[in-house]
Amino acid sequence: MPTIVPWLIFLLPFASFLLIGLILRPFLNKWPRVAGYVTIGAVGLACALAFWVLFAVMGAPEHKLMVDDIQWAIIGNLNIHIGVLVDALTAVMVVVVTFVSLMVQIYSQGYMKGDPGYQRYYAFMSLFTACMLGLVLANNILFMFVFWEGVGLGSYLLIGFWFHKPSAANAAKKAFIVTRAGDFGFLAAILLLYASTGTFDTQTLYNLVATGALAGTTLTWVAIGIFAGAAGKSAQFPLHVWLPDAMEGPTPVSSLIHAATMVAAGVFLVARFYPLFQHSAEAMTTVAVIGAFTAIFAASMGLVMNDIKRVLAYSTISQLGYMMLGLGVGSVAIGIFHLFTHAFFKCLLFLGSGSVNHGTGTFDMRLMGGLRKAMPWTYATFVIGSLSLAGIWPLAGFWSKDQILVAAFANNPVLFTLAIVTVFMTAFYMFRAVFMTFHGEYKGGAVPEHGSHDEHSHGPHESPAVMVAPMVVLTVMAVCAGWFNVTGGFSQLLGSEAEGTNLVASFLGVFMHPLPLASLIVALLGIFLAYAMYLKKWISPEKIGNALKPIYTLLYRKYFMDELYENVFVKTILYNGIFKAMAMFDSSIVDGTVNGVANTTAGAGGVLRKIQNGQTQLYVISIAIGAIAIAICVYLFH
Amino acid sequence: MLIDEMKYITPEISLLCFALLIVVVDLFVTRKGVLPILSVIGALVAAFFTVGLWGNGGISAFNNMIAIDQFGLFFKLLILASLVLVVMASNKYVLKFEKFQGEYYAVLMLSAIGLMLLVSAVNLITIYVSLELSSISLYALVSFLKDKASSEAGLKYLILGAVASAILLYGMALTFGLTGSTGLTAIADYFRTSSTASPLLLTGLVLIIAGFGFKIASVPFQLWVPDVYEGAPTPITAYLSVASKAAGFAVITRILMTAFGQPDWLHAEWAIIIAVLAALTMTVGNVTALVQTNIKRLFGYSSIAQAGYLMVGLAAMGMATQGNADIRSGIIFFLFSYTLTNLGAFIAIIAISNKIDSDQIADYTGMGKRSPLLAGALTLFLVSLTGLPPTAGLIAKIYIFNGAVDQGLLWLVVIAVINSVISAFYYFRVVKVMWMGEPASQDKVTSSWPEWTALAVCCIMVVIIGVAPGAFVGLTQAAVKMFGI
Repeated sequence: MPTIVPWLIFLLPFASFLLIGLILRPFLNKWPRVAGYVTIGAVGLACALAFWVLFAVMGAPEHKLMVDDIQWAIIGNLNIHIGVLVDALTAVMVVVVTFVSLMVQIYSQGYMKGDPGYQRYYAFMSLFTACMLGLVLANNILFMFVFWEGVGLGSYLLIGFWFHKPSAANAAKKAFIVTRAGDFGFLAAILLLYASTGTFDTQTLYNLVATGALAGTTLTWVAIGIFAGAAGKSAQFPLHVWLPDAMEGPTPVSSLIHAATMVAAGVFLVARFYPLFQHSAEAMTTVAVIGAFTAIFAASMGLVMNDIKRVLAYSTISQLGYMMLGLGVGSVAIGIFHLFTHAFFKCLLFLGSGSVNHGTGTFDMRLMGGLRKAMPWTYATFVIGSLSLAGIWPLAGFWSKDQILVAAFANNPVLFTLAIVTVFMTAFYMFRAVFMTFHGEYKGGAVPEHGSHDEHSHGPHESPAVMVAPMVVLTVMAVCAGWFNVTGGFSQLLGSEAEGTNLVASFLGVFMHPLPLASLIVALLGIFLAYAMYLKKWISPEKIGNALKPIYTLLYRKYFMDELYENVFVKTILYNGIFKAMAMFDSSIVDGTVNGVANTTAGAGGVLRKIQNGQTQLYVISIAIGAIAIAICVYLFH
Repeated sequence: MLIDEMKYITPEISLLCFALLIVVVDLFVTRKGVLPILSVIGALVAAFFTVGLWGNGGISAFNNMIAIDQFGLFFKLLILASLVLVVMASNKYVLKFEKFQGEYYAVLMLSAIGLMLLVSAVNLITIYVSLELSSISLYALVSFLKDKASSEAGLKYLILGAVASAILLYGMALTFGLTGSTGLTAIADYFRTSSTASPLLLTGLVLIIAGFGFKIASVPFQLWVPDVYEGAPTPITAYLSVASKAAGFAVITRILMTAFGQPDWLHAEWAIIIAVLAALTMTVGNVTALVQTNIKRLFGYSSIAQAGYLMVGLAAMGMATQGNADIRSGIIFFLFSYTLTNLGAFIAIIAISNKIDSDQIADYTGMGKRSPLLAGALTLFLVSLTGLPPTAGLIAKIYIFNGAVDQGLLWLVVIAVINSVISAFYYFRVVKVMWMGEPASQDKVTSSWPEWTALAVCCIMVVIIGVAPGAFVGLTQAAVKMFGI
């Protein structure tokens, strides 16, 4: 494989961004669709190259390709080089990112049709994808940080895409600021790493950890710092609050953020520096505990949400918790495998919710119902996605979730309990969404004045083919993606031992083991409860809600986390406490110093300007005195 | 044979022929547009001959009067490139002269010939003569507008230049008296066997540094810069700030390295003088630039500050052992990127000032709306002068500062970095004025195609050098080859 291939995977979407943003701009007002074609072409090509890389990695010894660094510049003895790291993790990630991004870009052509910011949308999407790919490919933690921030920037631009809506602008700000809190930890970890090792190179860091040169408390703090960054991007407790609000962006953006780019970045980061985590038991425990807690915590909020995208948002947080749990108690393979399968079905579900919105003009499930007949394709794909997410055999979600449960069971009973309860909740809230949206009677869709799209007086309708086709493709993946690891092939690629060898035995063998069977039964119970409550109405949701009023309110208000942050952290501690103190410090000491320096400098400038009075004789004297003064100094200090 | 060696000065001879041709053509043609075309062709022909000489690394001609080495040839090309860009930028500006357009181009080319000889001279006498050739042409060019400010600037430049010449000549005479030779390599031979710094030597060295300090605008010999820059025709200001300065740095580098480069006690002697002057130069340049309101004066002080950064490189060169070519290539790289950046900035300023007929920074308000391309280009050059990515200026600064740190000049680099921060204030003040303010008039500001072309070349080069410096680093590393060492 030529060296240029991994580079192109990043450069193509980036070039697409530059092309749309800088060069094609004057023409796009007339032909906005070209922006979409350019992006799809670039991402599609990148996707093809990503598969090439994946196959090359599968055939390579130790599943690692040696790609020479590019010498950026040798300046004196300063050698600045940039390079890519192409191992199995990279290969899997580039495939997931480019594939999901491609599907989203195709779908967006229908969803964003007629939007005045069509070309801006595609420019940002290209940038967002490129930054994520850069993050995945970089072989150097400093460059990773640059792209990491690039991903943050892309998400800010896209969440706030409809910036004229205050809620969207606020959501974008919230996402940017909350993730920044985590980034602070990441940056601190980078600085600590550099201070103690003197390198930014990922491979060198692996070697240092393997030889024990990097160990002990330093390693733990580095790992915790990296995890703080990851927790911000991957919306782990307590930095999860930005993700539900991020729904304000266009739905395909949410889809991309939730499946392959933004939130996957955090999980990827932990996986990338997994050797560092492995050598610190404290760090591993932190990852596992935060992951398991986030999983159940977010799932519980998902139970009561009425906005279909918010249900999916909490589901994402919960699933990301699973991935972290998988990394914390298991291995890279387990965590990344769940990321891999989740990317497909979560992307599918979001595209489905977008399709529903396209048909009804609302995201509120209480205004939907009965869409099954009007939107058969959306319905079918959404149900399959939900089954996959709920972990029903033999769909993708079952296989990846099963591995996490097995690993958690072997590690700690508490973590396992949290995980298995979450399985139940997941199945319940997903099918609550399915039944509320697609079954029963149609309840009229959007109240006309709020739709971002036109009024749908003619009732719900199926989305155009350009939107349905990507959903169908993703459905295939949501069914099959899990099978790559039935015999352990996927795990082996990522460096774990392969367990099963016989395909059929492994495929059906799950029924012989109690654990998979148990998780399957729990998931089915969850679906049944949703069926009983929302389809058959044997149990009234309202009655339960009233009976458990405090709990319901607690969940519905998201454990009052937003209020906590807003009132306690932001208003009391930050605003009245730290900010006021900082403002005092700033206005009296910092400003005083700066103004002092500025005044002195400007004063000095003024004095120097006075010397510059235009008198030629003064200049001549200055030259003479200058030369003499230098000569005298040379003699004196000689 | 003397006549055989004529081939080594074919670039200068061809340029001279074109200069004379222009004067003659000017007498007969009424369409003056042909003159800049002839100048550009002349410069390209000279560049062609210069490139043809590239393979001859390190030989001398005319009894060790001039050297044909990569170092000199590189600077000849740089001077020719500046000449071409300045001619292109002058294309509308010359209309202000009414008469004497032919003389303008011819004298400009004569000064280029002087500078080209200067960078290849290896004898104190040749150095002095070519310096005078270029300087006298420049005195004439500075006063070319013939209004009050321009005439005053020209006269001032002439008087001060004469004083600096006298000082330089005195230093050369002392050096000749001590060593008995005017050839740089012969002077070096003398020092190889001596082991102490005599007062005569130190005085001669200080006076030579002072004489060239005037040319490169080092403190305390910089006072002429703002006045002359402000009064001179803007294309000449641009030319002074790059070609004249680059040649000045080239020749002082050559003298210090060839004549005073060995033994170790000798180069340590001048290194410390230059280091202290560098600190003073950049600080005075930057601090005074903060309070300027005229863009040409601002660039005058900015060019003093940039000379200070370059002197950091000179000082590091003096600290290093003679075999260390990295720092020299850093100086060459800095001059290369600075030439393109500063010329580009001046071309944009010429285009804007031509239209708004003012050099006041306040009158640049809202230029981002009136001409996004010109304002964008000027912003790029200001970013490069500040030394921020993705521009040539950043690499140039890294190159020089990194070399200086290696030679133990950390204190000087700290001062230089603080100075870079100070410089951001006044560079970005111009950016802020251009993009943040509301324009006083809605008139679009545009330019002629030669100016656009010159501007585009500078923009592209500044970005390419900033993004992929590898090839240019290689070029400057080839250009360190100097006759005699």
